[in-house]
Amino acid sequence: MSSPGFDFSELDELYREIILDHYRRPRNAERLQSPTIETHGLNPFCGDESSIQLTLDGEGHVAQVGVQGRGCSISQASGSLMSDLLKGKTVEEAEELTELFRRAMQGKDLSVPERERLGEADVLEGVRRFPVRIKCALLAWMTLLEGLEGHRAKVSPSLTLPHNGGETAFPLEGGRPGWG
Amino acid sequence: MLNVAHLRQDFPILFRKVNGRPLVYLDNAATSQKPRQVIQALVDYYEGYNSNVHRGVHTLSMEATDRYEEAREKVAGFLHAPSSECIVWVRNTTEGINLVAHVWGLANLREGDEVVVTEMEHHSNLVPWQEVTKATGATLKLIPVKDDGLLDLSRLDTIITPRTRLVSVIHMSNVLGTINPVKELGKAAHKVGALFMVDAAQSVPHAAVDVQDMDCDFLAFSGHKMLGPTGIGVLYVKPEVVLGLEPFLWGGDMVREVWYDRATWNDIPWRFEAGTPNIADAIALGVAVDYLQALGMKDVRAHEVQLTEYALERLKPLEAVTVFGPRDMNVRGGVVAFDVPGIHPHDLGTALDQEGIAIRTGHHCAMPLTRDRLGLAATARASFYLYNTEEEIDLFVDSLKRAIGYFNGVGRRSPRS
Repeated sequence: MSSPGFDFSELDELYREIILDHYRRPRNAERLQSPTIETHGLNPFCGDESSIQLTLDGEGHVAQVGVQGRGCSISQASGSLMSDLLKGKTVEEAEELTELFRRAMQGKDLSVPERERLGEADVLEGVRRFPVRIKCALLAWMTLLEGLEGHRAKVSPSLTLPHNGGETAFPLEGGRPGWG
Repeated sequence: MLNVAHLRQDFPILFRKVNGRPLVYLDNAATSQKPRQVIQALVDYYEGYNSNVHRGVHTLSMEATDRYEEAREKVAGFLHAPSSECIVWVRNTTEGINLVAHVWGLANLREGDEVVVTEMEHHSNLVPWQEVTKATGATLKLIPVKDDGLLDLSRLDTIITPRTRLVSVIHMSNVLGTINPVKELGKAAHKVGALFMVDAAQSVPHAAVDVQDMDCDFLAFSGHKMLGPTGIGVLYVKPEVVLGLEPFLWGGDMVREVWYDRATWNDIPWRFEAGTPNIADAIALGVAVDYLQALGMKDVRAHEVQLTEYALERLKPLEAVTVFGPRDMNVRGGVVAFDVPGIHPHDLGTALDQEGIAIRTGHHCAMPLTRDRLGLAATARASFYLYNTEEEIDLFVDSLKRAIGYFNGVGRRSPRS
């Protein structure tokens, strides 16, 4: 298939096998019927979407996760990888992971234990070399954050600022506006 | 016939490399590249006669005013407009349409009135009319798009009715490439006493446009898609219509006489151009018009028809690829949007970029058309201009084939997990 002098070897850094696998067979894709937390995010630049539902058990741990969406392999695989990671975590832990992931995408070098906390989602690190795609990787995570903040506001309203009601307009720092 | 090898020498950017490969620029529907004549016109202005226009009696100001107004004449000639008074400088197509939405739409539309657009509008000719009809109580109606990418005109008389006050249509679709029958639509609008507007962002750069023959009341386009700089565009307004319009923005240059409590307005077209205008870019757009006219718009169009036919022919054998838009080149411009089911356009776009090939991916600012008519979140799009070649289309198609193979698991060098 490939002609001499042409290949996509650089792309292998971005499209790790595990990413394409999660894109083709997204995990936890079933929509949860009565979730504790429900949130929907849209990247207005490209139209990619992510819907996330979480149920929390009596001790505040994530018992079930549902992630659906449509978009590119990076945005959808990122949501799938994230869904695996969230199970059993508390809201605080989920927020910490989101912050870690955002830092990784912003080019900050994470410590080895920090990378281990991200688990398989660490393979998305290769996205950093393709700056225009960083917001694809962040979509599900920023959508999650919006949902977590909304939940927090409901549980203890005095601790957080009012939020806009579960629809993320994708406030992305460090990324670039892309597809108009 | 265009001498493409020769004219490519005028475009310095075409000689740069992207990711180690020669640039193949196929995103011309988003913006065109600029010839050095246009770039030089900007340098000449800033180095030679930078000055404000319509003010002052000094030499520089007179030179700048002359060149600036001369550019307006050139654009008027290019469009076969009856006079340069019909040419209003704006920033881009979107601003041109917004100007009409404000000075005509908000002032004239009432409850019960109807505005008609098509299902293939760019957001620039949809969102302003959504907002203006919402604000005035008027209704927005759509001319449907058929599956072959053409407008469905079979029930036009139920869409354009005596209640219609404005019909505003995209001349050439930036997604489907469809060239719409604007003369026919204009006649239908005028028959019921409505005004007729054309979004010509994708047509004026690529084919001869005659506003008098088309008989449109408004027509808007951007300079940057036709070899000109960004930040300068044109709104053409028919002479009979323009006189009835109030200003868009208020301030300097758009006034004749000012008192502490009131002002009177300048003549058209300056009435619509408040504040110091985009002098340098207007002059450079005039140079872009010179460049296009020297080539001849007939030959520009013929070259793009040839390229598009070639691209469609090369894509046809690719079973994995779905191409959108009409097949008949009489009603199609140099835009080829496509989908590869199972592979997202952004992933294709990133792969092709690795080989120096620039295509557009996304909803192309036509979200309703992409989502509701094509049933997709995004498409990939190659779009051509006068400097593109068949060799470039070969590089594009070959790269696309490799990219499809790559995402289907062929040719991955080092599968790591």
